[in-house]
Amino acid sequence: MSHHAYTWGGITAIVLASTTGDVLLSRAMKQVGDVGQVWRQHGLLKVAGRILRNPNFLLGLTAMAVAFYSLLLALSWADVSLVAPASASLTFVSNAIAANYFLHERVDHFRWVAAILVAGGVILLAA
Amino acid sequence: MTFRKYMVLAGVTIFGAVGDTLLSHGMKEVGPISLHRLPQIFLVILDPWVALGILFLLGFFSAYMVSLSWADLTYVLPATSLGYVVLALIAKFALHEEVSLSRWLGILLISAGVGFVTRGPALTHPPKAEKVNPEPVGSRGRY
Repeated sequence: MSHHAYTWGGITAIVLASTTGDVLLSRAMKQVGDVGQVWRQHGLLKVAGRILRNPNFLLGLTAMAVAFYSLLLALSWADVSLVAPASASLTFVSNAIAANYFLHERVDHFRWVAAILVAGGVILLAA
Repeated sequence: MTFRKYMVLAGVTIFGAVGDTLLSHGMKEVGPISLHRLPQIFLVILDPWVALGILFLLGFFSAYMVSLSWADLTYVLPATSLGYVVLALIAKFALHEEVSLSRWLGILLISAGVGFVTRGPALTHPPKAEKVNPEPVGSRGRY
């Protein structure tokens, strides 16, 4: 397998794993509830307990660990100026799609434009 | 959105940007890792730059979890992308690196994106309203 294929394989792994992780963690934290409020009403232990017992959180954390190690691997194969912006900008777009599908967030025109502007901006920063 | 919530978003932004920088510096020191020696990847945390980077990313992760407890994923991600702008500004004014025209254009695009998303509400799908008050058909956008 060529060096190029390694790099883009790594970037694809980062995007898929971090999108999965982001969606699961977002769902978990919505189930936990506003951390500030739960903290004030029930204390920090209650917050930690609710988070650590949430299956979505644990799955999301696992996906993030996969994304993290894919990033480390990809960074050892290619420049950060390619890996970081490529994976970050693709993740902005994939997250907008996934948040709409799986989290039922209202991704209106403003949010689509925001995701695409940020994704484009990230690519330009690396150019 | 309260002042405290904006401070949490600022924490996500700054911890993330600094953590990524430290991590990339550390991995440059470690050098390429071969797929045949994959277990090596677990030893990189012994590098002090990588370790410090991980510490900052833990701070990032905590702030990120807190923000996701009261805001949409599609709000938090663009709103905290200002970290890229912060990095470019550090490069320009602290490290005296050359910031090219295309980078300034990138900064402009990201800032515009942040402006777009922060105009709207932070939370569009309150979890408790899910069962009680289902959204009307067609209000979810195209997907």
